[in-house]
Amino acid sequence: MNFETTIGLEVHIEMKTKSKAFSPAPVRFGQPQNTDTNVIDWGYPGVLPQLNRGILEYGMRAALALNCEITKDIHFDRKNYFYPDNPKAYQITQSDTPLGRNGWLEITAEDGSKKRIGIHEMHVEEDAGKNTHNPNGYSYVDLNRQGTPLIEIVSEPDIASPEEAYRYLTRLRQIIMFSGVSDVKLEQGSMRTDVNISIRPYGATEYGTKTEMKNLNSFDHVRKGLEYEANRQAQVLMSGGTIQSETRRYDVPTGKTILMRVKEGKDDYRYFPEPDIPPVHISDEWIEEVRNSIPEMPDERRKQYENEFGLSEYDTDVLTQTKEMSDFFDATVAHGADPKLAANWLMVEVNSYLNAQQVELADTALTPEHLATMIKMIQDETISGKIGKKVFKEIIKNDTEPQAWVEQKGMVQLSDPAKLQPIIDDVLDNNEQSITDFKNGKDRAVGFLVGQIMKQTRGQANPKVVNKLLMKSLNAR
Amino acid sequence: MAISAEEVRHVAALAKMAVTDEELTKFTAQMDDILGMVEQLQEVDTTDVPMTYNVTDARNVMRPDEAVPGTDRAELMKNVPESEDGYIKVPAIIDESEEG
Repeated sequence: MNFETTIGLEVHIEMKTKSKAFSPAPVRFGQPQNTDTNVIDWGYPGVLPQLNRGILEYGMRAALALNCEITKDIHFDRKNYFYPDNPKAYQITQSDTPLGRNGWLEITAEDGSKKRIGIHEMHVEEDAGKNTHNPNGYSYVDLNRQGTPLIEIVSEPDIASPEEAYRYLTRLRQIIMFSGVSDVKLEQGSMRTDVNISIRPYGATEYGTKTEMKNLNSFDHVRKGLEYEANRQAQVLMSGGTIQSETRRYDVPTGKTILMRVKEGKDDYRYFPEPDIPPVHISDEWIEEVRNSIPEMPDERRKQYENEFGLSEYDTDVLTQTKEMSDFFDATVAHGADPKLAANWLMVEVNSYLNAQQVELADTALTPEHLATMIKMIQDETISGKIGKKVFKEIIKNDTEPQAWVEQKGMVQLSDPAKLQPIIDDVLDNNEQSITDFKNGKDRAVGFLVGQIMKQTRGQANPKVVNKLLMKSLNAR
Repeated sequence: MAISAEEVRHVAALAKMAVTDEELTKFTAQMDDILGMVEQLQEVDTTDVPMTYNVTDARNVMRPDEAVPGTDRAELMKNVPESEDGYIKVPAIIDESEEG
């Protein structure tokens, strides 16, 4: 029997507002435990939530970037559950009036065609704190993350394969990143995916029973977990069994999915409208204001890179993978660097440095201004490409002004014929044999002489100028 | 009956409340009365009445996105029964993890 796969994804992404969704405590990563919290986050008796306008602005940005309709009259709801990571015993979320609905994003399907994946709805809510389980029978709770604003993006079940799920997530991450709503750092858990998957025989009109996996923070685990699960479900069905609605866990070491629990009913969360936050009406003016604040999306940038700068499709792909890289490239070009050279330096030298050091661009000392200055020095032959690499090593590690550094280190390329000619004459005078060899047609002699000249100038002679002057001098002898 | 004893037991369990059999009988009857009254309200035609989410007239009450440093941890920890190294220590509860 052949089956078709139906996948839906619910993705939680932490927004980079300055303060929390319902309390003014700071939103930061990596702070000492329980230092970025206040009594609202702790659910103290008598406290009231204070709605952060920023979460609606960022939420709307994401909604608009995902082509959603904005719900103009919204309110919040309570989802009730007991767990130590959430001291007030409910999460403030939106169940009745999600901020955005009926959106879509576009991916390239496996056959190369463009495919739209529907966004069913998108809402804003708060994250919970973090529990660390200890074998000593205790859990250790850090509430710094409690109240961090999230957007939850619920796709339509339009995703037809694990690979499409992977592409959807990659694309979603890119759009959210470029909209400026989140830095989407996967390793910090700021994008987490719940997946559900069902299969049905080709041509069947009803969906099969779905199973879910929660809180996956690697796109690759999503893809592998879904592949395993599609096969598992097919085997169950082919051997005459039935799929039950259940939550499973992707086990990284074995690559299998493992049963966690048979699913609870939705009613057990006892949703009801949040009484402590008055409803919000979103005006057309506010929507337009937000629409105008959205930074350029990757597709618009791609067009500019290809049409104005003449970059290849591959180059534009690499440069628009992250907003950080794309912004850096734009700024480098704005500082006067040649776009093709800037693209090359970023894609080759910068990327390999980042990979080797396992750091992000923002963690280095490199600035667009310094990179542009260095590239301009190569363009106008103040320094050679080889010296450029030395300069690069300096400016990515230290906040050094490249032009001053090159001059101070005496690395400026020697291109002035008036300065080079005496050195060339001197080298020729001392290497009569090479001149004879050259006259006898031994080309190797030229290489030797160039080497001598470079040695005399400590590698600073402009090779092009040296070659031209040397040939002229040799032929004149 | 609008609600069964079994449902009341389930709701109590969700609220982490222990109920005796005696209480269960009592609460079931009481809740049944309450639900009966709510059912009566449902006879009113509310076709064109907008949903009431909030009983005040307040709308669009928001604060600007500005961060205020967190409350001093030592102060907060004074109300914590057990803590260690700045963490709140609680008995391990794993099965119901939202973290999955």
